[in-house]
Amino acid sequence: MTTNVMIVGVGGQGSLLASKLLGHVLVSEGYDVKVSEVHGMSQRGGSVVTYVRFGDNVASPLIDKGEADYIISFEILEAARYMEYLKPGGQVVVNAQEIDPMPVITGAMEYPKDLVSKMEEAGAKVDAVDALMLANEAGSIKAANIALMGRFSKYFQEASLDAWQDSLEACVPHKFLELNRKAFALGRGE
Amino acid sequence: MKQLMLGNKAFARGLYEAGCMVASSYPGTPSTEVTEEAAKYDEIYCEWAPNEKVALEVAFGASLAGKRSFCGMKHVGLNVAADPLFTISYCGVNAGMVICVADDPGMHSSQNEQDSRHYAIAAKVPMLEPSDSSEVLAFVKRAYEISEEYDTPVFVKMCTRIAHSQSIVEEGERAVLKAKPYEKNIAKYVMMPAYAKQRHPFVEERTRKLTEYAEICDLNRVEMGDTSIGIITSSTSYQYAREVFGDKASVLKLGMINPLPVNKIIDFAKKVDKLVIIEELDPIIENHCKALGLTVTGKDVLPMVGEFSQSLVAEKLGIDNKESCKAIPDLPNRPPVMCAGCPHRGMFYTLAKNKCTVLGDIGCYTLGAVAPLNAMEMTACMGASISSLHGFNKALGEESEGSTVAVIGDSTFMHSGMTGLANIAYNQSNSTVIILDNSITGMTGHQQNPTTGYNIKGDPAGKIDLEALCHSMGFERVTVVDPYDLSACDKVIKEELAAKEPSVIISRRPCVLLKYVKVKPALRVDSDKCKGCKACMKLGCPALCFKDGKAYIDETLCVGCGVCQQLCAFDALKEGGN
Repeated sequence: MTTNVMIVGVGGQGSLLASKLLGHVLVSEGYDVKVSEVHGMSQRGGSVVTYVRFGDNVASPLIDKGEADYIISFEILEAARYMEYLKPGGQVVVNAQEIDPMPVITGAMEYPKDLVSKMEEAGAKVDAVDALMLANEAGSIKAANIALMGRFSKYFQEASLDAWQDSLEACVPHKFLELNRKAFALGRGE
Repeated sequence: MKQLMLGNKAFARGLYEAGCMVASSYPGTPSTEVTEEAAKYDEIYCEWAPNEKVALEVAFGASLAGKRSFCGMKHVGLNVAADPLFTISYCGVNAGMVICVADDPGMHSSQNEQDSRHYAIAAKVPMLEPSDSSEVLAFVKRAYEISEEYDTPVFVKMCTRIAHSQSIVEEGERAVLKAKPYEKNIAKYVMMPAYAKQRHPFVEERTRKLTEYAEICDLNRVEMGDTSIGIITSSTSYQYAREVFGDKASVLKLGMINPLPVNKIIDFAKKVDKLVIIEELDPIIENHCKALGLTVTGKDVLPMVGEFSQSLVAEKLGIDNKESCKAIPDLPNRPPVMCAGCPHRGMFYTLAKNKCTVLGDIGCYTLGAVAPLNAMEMTACMGASISSLHGFNKALGEESEGSTVAVIGDSTFMHSGMTGLANIAYNQSNSTVIILDNSITGMTGHQQNPTTGYNIKGDPAGKIDLEALCHSMGFERVTVVDPYDLSACDKVIKEELAAKEPSVIISRRPCVLLKYVKVKPALRVDSDKCKGCKACMKLGCPALCFKDGKAYIDETLCVGCGVCQQLCAFDALKEGGN
């Protein structure tokens, strides 16, 4: 049995730190884990996706259509883009931030409206969070990724809060630890 | 201790544990982190070479001198290193020599999806192919043993999904090795015809012995399950096969892809009802099996194009796909773009404005080709911008000379641009070359190069002066311009294209993502002044969008570079800050 988490967003939003944190949590909980990332050109403001898979024995590093139990998204259009990858009834935790992609900037297309209800109609459970506001409250908008992971941890029954706290300490540079702990707690609504 | 480790980092760990002493590479996605991670071990001398040919020759020299050595590159880098590769295969090694080549099926960050296994076959060099991080570490160590036992360089072939996936590994100790002193051996190392003729039979005999090794070694292993289907596979495809079939099929998992075993495959075929070959890109295992007279399913159902996944393998082999949430139709796509504050943007805006024909090169700046700037018309391989410009101008003369330029990054220029520039200097075309000097190798994630003044560890190093280099080649007209200054860019482009002699423009400003670059506060829009004319939108800056009839600045992205301010006729874009 393998559980699948997709972390998606716009290149440069900090998804690599989020996947590092989740990977650390899962290893500390004793799972077999595979994490697949994207480096290179698509990191330049493009749509990026990281796959995190865990269980007793994980084979493929990829998550395919209909396989994701959770989608964590740093941007709302990017959550919508990967809807087909989510199992029916799967959970989406999304930062409500909108970042215009180039076809919108050039005026060729409009930024789609009502994406939360469209995702719900598609069969997903959706929790949209203003992670930028929470991160700002914690001290820096740069911690938005960790605030979002805090919210995700509320839904994620497969790991203990202690594992998250220990992993934050292991993955975040020491001088930013308190900021990120605060962002994580605000994300959890604590 | 068990830990989650990136495939490329596991490769570096393998180098460390194998006692590697010298590593020379050129960065290229998805291979870059191997050498970056290796550089964190003080026991291994590591460097970025100007290109892959140089790097491979450095590694060969170190092997010759008696130290285990390494060279890493992406698939297209092997084209550059192919010249030494084919002859080093004849020479063999003194101490072990391992070459990492990382393919990019699906072209996540590459200009083609060539299959590097062809090179191993053509150069008669053994190639191992791991399928997760733990195998990467083990195979690198094994590769050194094979290298020394069989007197050959050895490839360890990676691909994006092995290089950039993390899985669990357990670290070991660094090997303590006996010295292998250099010994003069002209017949082995001087590949002139008389000696090369003696070495070629050695290479053929080596391949015969390596094939025997392939028959018995545990790199190629059989995992028997249900015998109605027998799958032969390797690398990441092995993981997809496991995911789809579990124990409902038997698997011959190949860890050594060149040379391929013969009897092991025939014996496996006898035990199963039907043979299926699952391999990305070209039908190399498949053609080998067909040459053995076996009937197989392979590229008749599985694609030669792009990368595989478990769903693709399942679907093509007739297994039902999973139910999912519905796709949401008609979403705008999100292609990669030049970053907010990217120094390349001002130069590309100027080139587009002047309706220049731009022959491009490999790097972040290849993104100059996409909307809305659409300011690049050719990109092929490292260095091709400059040499193709020369050919373009020789073909069209004055018709193209006044409107056509080459653009090339600083690192790409050092890699393969200098020779093209030498050709312009020598054969005298009236060409204008723009070196986009952002003081780093950008696309692969900030590696130092010979123009930056720092080495792979970030310590001060030799620094090549681009202006002096161009002057010394005979260029009288060498101009440096700041690409944030649009009027200066416009002036220099017009002047150099009008000049009746070859010229070089150095567009110089460090990559905005470099840690030492101080960015300014985000600009803000004075909405009373903004007329909604969209002049600023022509830049294609991801921090600038259009909302409710006015320009809008995303303050999480804007770095206050001020290029858009120069386009605003209404003074509506204001400096930010408190």
